[in-house]
Amino acid sequence: MEIHIPTPLRTYTGKQETVSVEGATVAEGLAALVAVHPAMQQHLFTAEGKLRSFVNVYLNDDDVRYLPNKEDSPVSATDELTIIPSIAGGCCR
Amino acid sequence: MEARWVAFDRAPQLHLKDTMPTALEPETVALPKLTNEEIARYSRHLILPEVGMEGQQKLKAAKVLCVGTGGLGAPLALYLAAAGVGTIGLVDFDVVDESNLQRQIIHSQATVGKLKVDSAEIMLKGLNKNTNIVKHNTMLTSANALEIFKDYDVIADGTDNFQTRYLVNDACVLTGKPNAYGSIFRFEGQASVFATKEGPCYRCLYPEPPPPGLVPSCAEGGVLGILPGLVGVIQATEVIKLILGIGEPLIGRLLLVDALAMSFKTLKLRKNPDCPACGTHEIKELIDYDQFCGIPKPTETGPLEVSSHGQTADLPVVDGIPQMSVEQLKSRIDAGTAPFILDVREANEYAIVDIGAPLIPVGELALNLHRLTFPKTTEIVVHCKSGARSQRAALILKENGYTNVSNLAGGILAWADRIDKSLPKY
Repeated sequence: MEIHIPTPLRTYTGKQETVSVEGATVAEGLAALVAVHPAMQQHLFTAEGKLRSFVNVYLNDDDVRYLPNKEDSPVSATDELTIIPSIAGGCCR
Repeated sequence: MEARWVAFDRAPQLHLKDTMPTALEPETVALPKLTNEEIARYSRHLILPEVGMEGQQKLKAAKVLCVGTGGLGAPLALYLAAAGVGTIGLVDFDVVDESNLQRQIIHSQATVGKLKVDSAEIMLKGLNKNTNIVKHNTMLTSANALEIFKDYDVIADGTDNFQTRYLVNDACVLTGKPNAYGSIFRFEGQASVFATKEGPCYRCLYPEPPPPGLVPSCAEGGVLGILPGLVGVIQATEVIKLILGIGEPLIGRLLLVDALAMSFKTLKLRKNPDCPACGTHEIKELIDYDQFCGIPKPTETGPLEVSSHGQTADLPVVDGIPQMSVEQLKSRIDAGTAPFILDVREANEYAIVDIGAPLIPVGELALNLHRLTFPKTTEIVVHCKSGARSQRAALILKENGYTNVSNLAGGILAWADRIDKSLPKY
């Protein structure tokens, strides 16, 4: 599957916009991403290994949190994962 | 003849689909009439059946609050004024700086140094003499937000920090006003419409803010000047659609804009039944948003960015990291006892200006500690642009066993302000 990396996190993927990984579920895909780019770990997961609450992961156009199997939702090779971080900029300064 | 008129009569008063959540309460008071001058001015709207006379009158009656007159607020307010929105409120406490003009096109060379609300009023009045501008020259706070919001129909959030994002969201939920939201970073933008009756709010998407420092601000990360233009105009479009009750507003959808790929993508947003703001209604009043976002209180001297490179007599220790002033560093250099100085900005910032220190960007620091080929007891002073990233870098060094690390308070901006005035500031 392809994982789309948002601009603020591209520093941790060597500037790559998309990363192709193998995995049968959303969780496996994210684990594979972190295995290739270890610096992503602290940005995606808490110390306890839970997905951080301010990071949203979408499987195609659905929020993983609202899928029946959540992070264990099955994915195929053609599915896309998108990481949506909080951004606040409106640029006043 | 009678039958012909009936046949041409417009059936529904508001162009709202039954299935679509109505963001605005239907008008109960009579809509204001258009003058002949206004009919001529808005003729391109009037001949659009989706706007027409009634739609233009709704725009004239509408009151929209723009929170922030920066990158997003600039195109937003300009297009709303041009479109004939009757009343535009502006909230901003800042003054125009020349570095704003790369993107904040509501300000101009002639208004540098003026209050942003005054500068914006000049441009908006220059565009449309009929627009009623209400200026709120203040920082939006928990103490004033509900009072300010109550006079408006739609709120457009063009602010630049997480505290204000959550404040605007909660105030919108509490007052029942829809929020035309936009946000930008570097080459990427987001837009949505939050806090309508049926739709999700900002907290449904982001229940909690990221810890301070994890997500860089635009001042730190930069932004393509055109991007707020693109996203601000999307916000303006949503505002107009909400007022007119036409089309499908971005309710329950998040639009992602990638200016580099020039791709637009929408994701589904769900209303979270457990959302403390719009789900359980646990949040009954506005809270302390600085505390919620883990931000220290702004000091008396003004915005954090100004105070952080102003002169401070006795610098505190922050999270175990001693803070060194630029004067202290200068005297150490002059005395020949300079510590090791490390610059943790990005390479493109280093290309603008540097003070001769080696560079390891903060994001790459943890993986590049082997490049520091000296004992971990060596005194290190870390600097960045204004002191925030270098504080994080100092903490990384401390966690990795470096025992004598301090942070250069105010960063290279303070150095350029107070030590070497020949250096450019960015």
